[in-house]
Amino acid sequence: MEKTIEKTRFERFLDSDVWHSFKSSPVAIISSLVTLIMILAALFAPYIAPHDPFDLVSIDIMDSNLPPAWQEFGEARFLLGTDDQGRDILSTIMYGARISLFVGFASVIFSMVVGITLGLISGYAGGRVDAFIMRVADIQLSFPAILIALLIDGVARGIVPKELHEELSIYVLIFAIGISGWVQYARTVRGSTLVERNKEYVQAARVIGIRPGTILRRHILPNVMGPVMVIATIHLAIAIITEATLSFLGVGVPPTTPSLGTLIRIGNEYLFSGEWWITIFPGITLVILVLAVNLLGDWLRDALNPKLR
Amino acid sequence: MVSFLFKRLLQSFVVMITVALIAFSMFRFVGDPINNMVGQDTTQQEREELREKLGLNDPFLVQFGRFTLNAAQGDFGLSYKYRVPVSEMIFERMPATLELAFVSAIIALFFGIPLGVYTALKRKGILSKFIMTMSLVGVSLPTFLTGILLILLFGVMLRWLPTFGRGDVIEIGSWTTGFLTVSGLKSLILPSITLALFQLTLIMRLVRAEMLEVLRTDFVKFAKARGLPDRAVHFKHALKNTLVPVITITGLQLGSLIAFAIITESVFQWPGMGLMFIQAISDVDIPVMAAYLVLIAFFFVVINMIVDLLYYAVDPRLRADNE
Amino acid sequence: MDLLSIKNLEIEFPSRRGTVVAVNDVNLTVQPGEVLGVVGESGAGKSTIGNAVIGLLEPPGRMSGGEVYLKGEQINNLSSEEKRKIRGRRIGMIFQDPLTSLDPLQTVEQQLVETIELHLKLGEAKAKERAIDLLHQVGIPNPELRVKHYPHQFSGGMRQRVVIALALCAEPEVIIADEPTTALDVSIQAQILELMRKLCQEKQVGMLIITHDMGVIADITDRVAVMYRGNLVEEGTTQKILGNPDHPYTKSLISAVPRPDIRLKRFPMVDYIEKEEDRKKLLDISTHWLGQARDFDAVEGPLVEVEDLVMTFVTKPAFLKKNRQTFNAVNGVSFEIRQGEVFGLVGESGSGKSTVARMISGLYKPAKGAVKFGGTNLTEIKSEKELDYFRRQMQMIFQDPFSSLNGRMRVMDIVAEPIRFHKLTSSNAETEGIVMDLLEHVGLGRQAAVRFPHEFSGGQRQRISIARALATRPRFLICDEPTSALDVSIQAQILNLLKDLQEELGLTMLFISHDLPVIRQMCDRVGVMKMGELVEVTETEKLFTAPEAPYSQELLSLMPKLDNLSQQGLQVEGA
Repeated sequence: MEKTIEKTRFERFLDSDVWHSFKSSPVAIISSLVTLIMILAALFAPYIAPHDPFDLVSIDIMDSNLPPAWQEFGEARFLLGTDDQGRDILSTIMYGARISLFVGFASVIFSMVVGITLGLISGYAGGRVDAFIMRVADIQLSFPAILIALLIDGVARGIVPKELHEELSIYVLIFAIGISGWVQYARTVRGSTLVERNKEYVQAARVIGIRPGTILRRHILPNVMGPVMVIATIHLAIAIITEATLSFLGVGVPPTTPSLGTLIRIGNEYLFSGEWWITIFPGITLVILVLAVNLLGDWLRDALNPKLR
Repeated sequence: MVSFLFKRLLQSFVVMITVALIAFSMFRFVGDPINNMVGQDTTQQEREELREKLGLNDPFLVQFGRFTLNAAQGDFGLSYKYRVPVSEMIFERMPATLELAFVSAIIALFFGIPLGVYTALKRKGILSKFIMTMSLVGVSLPTFLTGILLILLFGVMLRWLPTFGRGDVIEIGSWTTGFLTVSGLKSLILPSITLALFQLTLIMRLVRAEMLEVLRTDFVKFAKARGLPDRAVHFKHALKNTLVPVITITGLQLGSLIAFAIITESVFQWPGMGLMFIQAISDVDIPVMAAYLVLIAFFFVVINMIVDLLYYAVDPRLRADNE
Repeated sequence: MDLLSIKNLEIEFPSRRGTVVAVNDVNLTVQPGEVLGVVGESGAGKSTIGNAVIGLLEPPGRMSGGEVYLKGEQINNLSSEEKRKIRGRRIGMIFQDPLTSLDPLQTVEQQLVETIELHLKLGEAKAKERAIDLLHQVGIPNPELRVKHYPHQFSGGMRQRVVIALALCAEPEVIIADEPTTALDVSIQAQILELMRKLCQEKQVGMLIITHDMGVIADITDRVAVMYRGNLVEEGTTQKILGNPDHPYTKSLISAVPRPDIRLKRFPMVDYIEKEEDRKKLLDISTHWLGQARDFDAVEGPLVEVEDLVMTFVTKPAFLKKNRQTFNAVNGVSFEIRQGEVFGLVGESGSGKSTVARMISGLYKPAKGAVKFGGTNLTEIKSEKELDYFRRQMQMIFQDPFSSLNGRMRVMDIVAEPIRFHKLTSSNAETEGIVMDLLEHVGLGRQAAVRFPHEFSGGQRQRISIARALATRPRFLICDEPTSALDVSIQAQILNLLKDLQEELGLTMLFISHDLPVIRQMCDRVGVMKMGELVEVTETEKLFTAPEAPYSQELLSLMPKLDNLSQQGLQVEGA
């Protein structure tokens, strides 16, 4: 008897408004599929990519600057053509997306952890702790994220010894993008925490005697995660763009482990000599990836905020 | 009013001091300033003398005070790389960046606000949905890629417009302007569109969101219940209330144009401060980085002050709180 | 010919779970100079009627059938432009919340003049004159000066007067008022209702007033229409509906209204809407877990004492202490609550009554004064562990059933949380058994444990809250406006439940309410609060028969007179 009333988490999910909204939104379905396919292609690049662009043995300089397969002089071996060193563009894109997505996800998680923690503390503690954290956030917010990321990157170059540059640059990049993004999370979480803190279920927990740490973890955190997921999705798009931008500007990941941004930078030099494919295909990949993630975030925000519909 | 202004000025001052502290810390602690100033063959003793002469052995606060005083007068020392005063480098490049940002700001506001209002009012319209979808594409297009695509289309394929540099400029006093020559104006087109596009979509989406929020309020419903025509409800009541939050964020967005110019300038080889900054990062040219940071902060603080004053003019609730 | 007539009105809301019929075949008429009340509980569909009449139903809601006539002329099939011309000009509207009904960026004059110019085609000078005249009519003092002010410079009651002035701009024939006094305090409610009644008679306007409040109905209406789940179940003169209703729903509704004139043992006949699960099979408290570990049974003297409590809030924060502006929400309050009694605190919003409750329960730390429980001063205890022992003895029930339960937890975990925290059982199986017993005991049934809060109605959620509060086996229960967010018939059920539990478990209670009739039904003794101070503490019956403090007398005089309520099936306390 009780079994029939009890619903598993999965059943509850299937009955939720979010899932219904997802099912009835072609945009959400397509963009999540595109995102998923890109993540899988990047993840399994070593197994499914037609060539290994970093295996010097298999690269032949004679294959350099070949156009896409459907154009004159194109070869079927290289579907999207090759770059100046004879590397297969399709394969470099798959490997490049790997770096882009890794940096994107890692910096989002970094921002999220820092932002949620500070936001919860700020919202629950109030007083001077709150005032201090929010002042810092305000000051940081008055500068664009890209500038802060650039600055941290620049400073790190001064601090990190030259011989470690290449090795550490990807982590510097994650740190730089992550730090430039925590404010959004902190402000949102703080705002929600202020609302939740005054709700009566939190007061009921306090009257029982539950300690602040447990209240934050068990009661408040699950209730503020909705808006955080929306920000995280949109932030993933921004993080990927920021990584690509920094790499394009030449201060991101080193050319030995090229990301999508690095590929576009390399190809940009060949734009005027007619080899457009070297830069355009990574560019299109980047835009599709970011667009899919953005569409997903846009849909998620509307789905979690029913009054907008 | 006076206390409001004073409070804002004080806040701006705190921001500037904080930024100055960051800039100074970069200057002082990232790498050894002496190593960056002298050649390989300088002896240890000469280094020590230079260190003493530059006051690098003074207490932290004294050094910071000196740095701040100098910075306030525009003196940021010599560039490590080019060995010329940083202030000269900056002032030479400032007009290019400011003109680019100005034109972009006009484009972003001129299109962003009306489009935002339109898509909010005709929420279900086909054109609105199309504009909204395009705006998502706009947000998803990294600035540098927009630039590259524009270059490919108008520069490489159609050969209509110049793709790098400022074209011919005319000197007016110490200011160089590209507004007065044909090639200067033509050179502005692609970079300013590139720079404006991202901000345009952001402003548009922001105006739309705020407008929708206001359209749901009770006072809009009550205005309709009094029989006011849509035109009056939308533009007299809703739009004015929308502008209150929009002013703040738009101000910040326009400020960030100057910083985003870094990317555009890099793509179009535009001889502005952003290009200088990005080269400084590659070369770890700390004095240039520090100076740029302080200058940007100053721009932001000024824009913020203007935004606050506008805010004050629009919202009577603020005025009353300070009476 | 009727002034306003609504025929066979049907309104529906399509949604993904099917179409909800909000209003079903409703017929109403309003005559000039008459006030018609539409009363019903939440979900009755009463608000949508007003919106449908003026053509402002919010999508996806739509009028799926019926006609609306204004002076014999059909208006529901007009074009949207023609409907707009009727709004404000011939039908005025007043909404619930005066704080949000006015454009914050325009002066009152701008908003009035805009509306007057539009409808009456007057020149600006004439329109300004009329604006001042209107403010004068709605009783705003010094209208020549006030007209230049912005909405935020008016108090809540004054703003509602401005809203009324705006509705009167073009001398409309009909005014629809949707819960016009719900957001206001009792004293201001009385003034606004009086004003509306007066204007209605002077100008021979027909008024449709939509409300859930029987007090408003009794005060102002000539006729009443009772709505239940989208249907009009009964209509008649106010006298008839209140005094001698026919329909079983109306009977149940009337019997659930807390009476200001007599104290009842229980509310009769209140389970028409939400039947509670069988509570007959009461637990034997003497042997059950709930009745054990009764530490504070043998306390001599009062169980709870409050001495000279002061609570200070910062109204204008500043970094330096001396620049802060503060406000004493509670200022030197002392009283005692005796073992086993229900002590009431009554007062208007902002009187500090909830703040007192929060200080007693430890949610707020008093700026000064002492809270003593069984003789121990709680404000002096520093150790959390030691405090836990006292926390267990006193629990709290809150106002808003929709925010007082964590929506992410199952009812089982919500009710078990205090038992687990205080380690009151030896095994998880025992805890779960006790939670089930508790849920059964508050009238929810055992299956409730596996569900989530959103699957329950407001009244059921309040029962869950009560179960959670009982789970620590408290001796003292603080109820902070436990029913003010509930519909009146649900309120009656919850009050019945609280009465039963108090009796069975011998609980001591602090009962806080702004609603005097509720206080009369629940409390043995009562304290009256005004602006942070206690102005009178007395026996409840004495307060209602012979109040001493001038403020108590004023409060009682403002209380809606419901003296002609039906007396069917009542059992008077002590009779």
